[in-house]
Amino acid sequence: MPGAITFRDRLAIFGVRILNFLSRHTGRGSGTVVGGRLGLLVSPTLLRDLAAGRSVILVTGTNGKTTTTAMVAVGGGGEVAMNHTGSNMLEGHVAALVQSSSPRAVLEVDEKWLGAAIEGTSPEVVILLNLSRDQLDRSNEVRAIAERWRRLWSESANASIVVVANANDPLVVYAAETANEVRWCDVETPWQSDAWSCPKCTRPLRFSPTDWSCECGFTRPPATTSLVGDELAVDGRRANMHLALPGDFNRANAAMALTALVEIGAELGPALERVAQLVDVAGRFGVRHWRGHELRLTLAKNPAGFTAMLETIDAFAGELWIAINARVADGRDPSWLYDVPFERLRGRVVHCFGERRLDLATRLAYAEVAYELSSEDSPPPPSLPVTVLANYTAFQEWLERSAK
Amino acid sequence: MRVVELFPELLGTYGDGGNALVLAQRARRRGFDVELLEVRVGERLPSADIYLLGGGEDGPQRQAVDLLRSLGLGDAYVSGAYVVAVCAGLQILGTSFAVEGDEQYEGLGLVDVVTTRGSRRSVGEMAVTVGDDVLVGFENHAGVSALGEGVAPLGQVIRGRGNDGRVDGYRTERLWATYAHGPVLAMNPWFADEILTSVLDADLSPLPSVADQLHAERLRALGL
Repeated sequence: MPGAITFRDRLAIFGVRILNFLSRHTGRGSGTVVGGRLGLLVSPTLLRDLAAGRSVILVTGTNGKTTTTAMVAVGGGGEVAMNHTGSNMLEGHVAALVQSSSPRAVLEVDEKWLGAAIEGTSPEVVILLNLSRDQLDRSNEVRAIAERWRRLWSESANASIVVVANANDPLVVYAAETANEVRWCDVETPWQSDAWSCPKCTRPLRFSPTDWSCECGFTRPPATTSLVGDELAVDGRRANMHLALPGDFNRANAAMALTALVEIGAELGPALERVAQLVDVAGRFGVRHWRGHELRLTLAKNPAGFTAMLETIDAFAGELWIAINARVADGRDPSWLYDVPFERLRGRVVHCFGERRLDLATRLAYAEVAYELSSEDSPPPPSLPVTVLANYTAFQEWLERSAK
Repeated sequence: MRVVELFPELLGTYGDGGNALVLAQRARRRGFDVELLEVRVGERLPSADIYLLGGGEDGPQRQAVDLLRSLGLGDAYVSGAYVVAVCAGLQILGTSFAVEGDEQYEGLGLVDVVTTRGSRRSVGEMAVTVGDDVLVGFENHAGVSALGEGVAPLGQVIRGRGNDGRVDGYRTERLWATYAHGPVLAMNPWFADEILTSVLDADLSPLPSVADQLHAERLRALGL
């Protein structure tokens, strides 16, 4: 195990291993949160000690964290410590670093925990993907998060961090522009409803298809990474991108993952080849089976994610099942369904699943989209391949319910 | 009927555009001709039969009230337009409301309502009795709204907090306001129809739909 491990850390690591083993084998959890939490209680400096001496990349943003983290991991080749289960706060980071002693680590980080994760892991690179409304019942105002990120870079300990940031998301630009070293990425970012007014002066931002700016001088920075059609350019290096994963948002995630990899010395071509072969990220996009149905599971958690995913699944023929829950992890308020342009599903029939299927059906009815109320106990009979589009806990249920 | 949604980019944090859509669709399904417009910052205020105001954070809320004052929403209301306001919209139409810290900001003053900042934020499902019906919705705000003398609340709070833990919103002849934010009219089709009945000045035919099931389910979920 690399780093500066103390006796106290060893005790803590032992505890993490035991608890995570028990959590997994008693079926009470995926085995990362409980152990990590105990570890940090026993040794408050555990994360720092575990991370010391490793090359760490952190990935954060509203959407695409898990996929981008998987892309960085696979693109680097070889073993890497990562938080596979998506538990993206400090306890998950501890668990990931206990699980693997690889000198390289890539960790997805909850937006609100970025400061603490940076302090705990001293990363070489931080990827800032995007910022948009998500789970407003927890008062996650996106502008407040952008403000918090912006202040991180002025701390002297963070001066050498390279920030890989989305140049097309004004809130991300606001959050990143104070860093010493920024690699700006020109990648497709269709959701701009939360960046309508300037984060600096509140005047309306002007958007054109390829640019944005404000009267106050705040404007889109010139990018060193760009993705035009299939052509990816990272700091002058070029490669053609053809991913096995669908969707423009995944292409954007890949461009940013590759920018981070190039930053730590990877060669663009081979890294891209490895990323391009990724077909399944934590159960997403891969083919699964359930009661005679062939399912493709997709996840979207908020208006920006849904908007991007609706566009992507246009290309998926067959049946469409949408599952919506509103538990704590989803945000208990499903009002956001009215921020999603479900109108674009007109002409398809949507089977509505999940604890809030009536909210979804009502939304679809007002969007003039045909729907059927369905449930796991009375699903439609198997016919065509099915795309399942689900929000967070509904997705977890479908993942557990179905098999490879 | 012309339905106008005001500044969705400032007052549309919680899917509030759903309310305008619901009014428009429920009128259309009964054969009425409906024009649904969005007014964005920088545009003029079109005439309308009904204006809708949604929820928003402090900064955008201030920006919205300044714009609405200069565009003359008050005049439009006084000369006969109807208004539906939720959450921040409810506060904007009043005399004053709290912004960052304890500072009070001047509202449009269409109704004698003063909103101050409460000691805690109220986040969760709420229910309000309105006549013989029950309005269900979701609230997420820290405001405490005091109604002036003679201002009627929309109804009595039976779950959640509303204005002050006792009553929610307010009601005048041409104005409805509630703390139930977002697509409250989607969850309460009876409420949407009550508003439409006034605006269209017509008896509406029943319109059974899945929205009725949704309303019944939310009542059950709240133990009502």
